Amino acid sequence: MAADARVQLDDCFEINPMYLFRWEETQDSHVLLYPEGVVKLNEGAGAILSRCTGDKPVARIIEELKEIYSDPESNATLEKSLLEFLEVSHARGWIKLKS
Amino acid sequence: MPVLPGSDSSLSLDGQGKPLWLCCELTYRCPLACPWCSNPLDFDLYRDELSTEEWKRVLREGRELGALQLGFTGGEPLVRKDVEELVAEASELGYYTNLITSGMGLTEKRLVALKQAGLNQIQLSIQSCDRDLTDKLVGAKAHKHKLEVARLIKAHGFPMVLNVPTIRQTLDRTEDILAMAEELKADYLEYVQIQYYNWAWLNRDELLPTREQVERADELVKAFRERMAGRMTIYFVDHDYYMGRPKACMNGWGTIHFTIAPDGTGLPCQEARVIKDMDFPSVRDHSLEWIWHDSPAFNRFRGESWMKEPCRGCPERKKDFGGCRCQAYLLTGDAANTDPACALSPHHHVIEAAIEDAFRPRVHRPLVMRRPRAVSTAFTGGWDEAPSPP
Repeated sequence: MAADARVQLDDCFEINPMYLFRWEETQDSHVLLYPEGVVKLNEGAGAILSRCTGDKPVARIIEELKEIYSDPESNATLEKSLLEFLEVSHARGWIKLKS
Repeated sequence: MPVLPGSDSSLSLDGQGKPLWLCCELTYRCPLACPWCSNPLDFDLYRDELSTEEWKRVLREGRELGALQLGFTGGEPLVRKDVEELVAEASELGYYTNLITSGMGLTEKRLVALKQAGLNQIQLSIQSCDRDLTDKLVGAKAHKHKLEVARLIKAHGFPMVLNVPTIRQTLDRTEDILAMAEELKADYLEYVQIQYYNWAWLNRDELLPTREQVERADELVKAFRERMAGRMTIYFVDHDYYMGRPKACMNGWGTIHFTIAPDGTGLPCQEARVIKDMDFPSVRDHSLEWIWHDSPAFNRFRGESWMKEPCRGCPERKKDFGGCRCQAYLLTGDAANTDPACALSPHHHVIEAAIEDAFRPRVHRPLVMRRPRAVSTAFTGGWDEAPSPP
């Protein structure tokens, strides 16, 4: 996948080792830490990135999140927004394709 | 399910009242003598540095306050032998730990020890692409060692930030400096205009670049950033003297940034002690929690109630927070004034005059190098009386 290409359902992503991704109690959220920067992630973003472990295809992440968030209304848009978020994350260098 | 973020609007850098950034100036000692150093002019009088145990208390209390990012800086932090021990403590506490260094004193052995201690990244300063030029500017044989250190940092798998302070003497070398950053495989490049406080302020007439230099560098950096997309992140800090807009200094006073000076003084920014009519509390007398939340110094310029016109009614105040309090004090006599770098400031003429002075035909003065007792501060205090705008 090139930097500007679309995310494929069989892609496996992992957190770019340049970033530190973890739960932060004082922010009650997941955070991404990198040289001189902090990104505070909302619940959905945290749920996705914590599944970017290098061994899960995107399709499986979608399935897992659909199970957790079973609201049918949001499930309709879940796949689309998840793919968008992964594309943004990849473009920002937060995640990379497992080689 | 909460809405998934697709844009910046869902991301937050707001500390929500927490000091996200803890900056520990471990020492003012440094083997280099950079004439733009941000340390106090009387840096060698601060001999009573916090002990290892006192720094550990600072780290613990900072973490309890919610600090996430930690910078060990100086002076040259590696002058202290306990950096590895402090990095280990910081990692244990859960900080993202940044070492901000000149590279002097950094050996492969220490790099390995720092890696083992859990150091997350290294910011290395380098002043130019030219050995002779760098060595003259920092007053020591340093360039060759810095290049070796840069390669070692990468070889040991650290993310590397190259910090290049730019001045009149180096800005025309921008293309070569960018090529050097690429060759060294920097992950981040900070190509920054120096800020005029302390030593840089003293040497301002000789260090200030021309508008043309700044604009040319800006263009080159933009092209370089496009070419390096996905490989290197480039921060170009623009020159507030030429922008007509003030910098959003520290993201606002006492909002996310907490500096501890070598002697334990708590500061909202590293330069805050240039404001001579303020007292800053020490971690030796108070908890970090009290200093951050309750001290008069940290509360003095929080929020907007301290602002005067034109900031008070200006929509830009939400973006730039009125600029820099230290610069307002140094150049206008009142830290609550609008930063004179702002074209709307009634004191903006002092910036224009500074530029004019710097380029008036004259014999150039020698640079005052940052060395102990290079200048005397015995007879300088603050302003006698703040000047009125014309």
